[in-house]
Amino acid sequence: MKGQRSLWQIFMWPTVLGLMTLIGLLSALVADGMWDGLSWLMLLVPVAIGVARGWFVRT
Amino acid sequence: MTTLGLRRWAWIHKWSSLVCTLFMLLLCVTGLPLIFHHEIGHLLGTEVEAPEMAADTPIASMDDVLAAAHARHPELMVRFVSRDADETALWFVNLAEKADSEDSKSVAVDARTAEVLAEPKFDEGFMYIMFKLHVDLFAGLPGKLFLGLMGMLLVIAIISGVVLYAPFMRKLDFGTVRRKRSNRLKWLDLHNLLGIVTLVWALAVGATGVINTWADLVIKYWQYDQMAQMIAPYKGMAPPEKFGSLEKAVQAATKLESDMSLGFIAFPGSLFSSPHHYAVFMRGNEPLTARLFKPVLVDAVTGEVTDSRDLPWYVTALLVSQPLHFGDYGGMPLQILWAVLDILTIVVLWSGLVLWWRRRKQDVVVTLREAEPESEAIPAMAKESA
Repeated sequence: MKGQRSLWQIFMWPTVLGLMTLIGLLSALVADGMWDGLSWLMLLVPVAIGVARGWFVRT
Repeated sequence: MTTLGLRRWAWIHKWSSLVCTLFMLLLCVTGLPLIFHHEIGHLLGTEVEAPEMAADTPIASMDDVLAAAHARHPELMVRFVSRDADETALWFVNLAEKADSEDSKSVAVDARTAEVLAEPKFDEGFMYIMFKLHVDLFAGLPGKLFLGLMGMLLVIAIISGVVLYAPFMRKLDFGTVRRKRSNRLKWLDLHNLLGIVTLVWALAVGATGVINTWADLVIKYWQYDQMAQMIAPYKGMAPPEKFGSLEKAVQAATKLESDMSLGFIAFPGSLFSSPHHYAVFMRGNEPLTARLFKPVLVDAVTGEVTDSRDLPWYVTALLVSQPLHFGDYGGMPLQILWAVLDILTIVVLWSGLVLWWRRRKQDVVVTLREAEPESEAIPAMAKESA
């Protein structure tokens, strides 16, 4: 993709991942059981994207 | 962003990061084993474990628990009796010469038989060194406050990093890591990618870490503010020489707060109590409320409750910020995620250091131009302007 990106294009994925992290951090704090599971899932996404794009996916 | 704005933010990012980076690397490295301190203690055999007994085994009187521990060190004063939220079969009795002594003894007593199980040493070994380096650099309160200051710089570095993320990403797709072009571009892209995916976690752990460095001050203020009010009726009275039954005091407190569990007890004359009271700290039973304490003051002679009140907002904020820093509130999967995020943060810190070192004398405007996908054009441009 060529050309300049808008602020929204630049920050769309960071915003989504940031919100997921926030939900992940807070949900396990509120209650156990299902909420712990939600927390793991939410936090796994930014971690997996960081590791995958950082070391495994060729661009 | 204007060229001036870019230079200003780059200056803020450079200096806030440079000053705190080495300390942050230390905190990330020492924090890694601390995430698993229970498991490591278990493996090393330093964790005290209560023997298996039937769930309906009657529990011993607190007076017997206390007597068993005190008999080990009759010359010391008992300061605290505490237990973990998830292990009710074990009491830890803390004894020391004075209320504010650095050195103390800890005696683990079985809550059902009132037998002494062990005297765990919390002030030696690998984990203790990691803990002290992480918390105060072996320098007490000044060390804590210093690390808190470094944490504040980290928060500034993160925020300025987000601002700089925009100009550096304006011609790249999210998650691009250019491996083939040059080593430097690979490090830059990794720094931007990992910095942005760990952003919210690093901000949360950084900010709650800073709050934790103020714990001693917050407790001091609580004593001055709340404890002073609670013990006002005792002003001018001589402290009692002999204390009444601890069991009676605990029962009075649990009767008052029957929907809460016992957290810990501070003894008369210790840090969290007055000279006249057993301060029984009750905790809730939900994941969040189990972190919060409600002090019930019981007259140490008569065993009557004299006051009880909820914690003020500033202690609540401190106690809620602790799990968010430790990552100990969502089981082993959360601990593992915490560890991976910690390692990713180490990569961000390290790559930042490498990037700075290689271009430390260069204007950020040139750095930015070099990093853009069309940078093949640069040598030609440079020639034209020369």
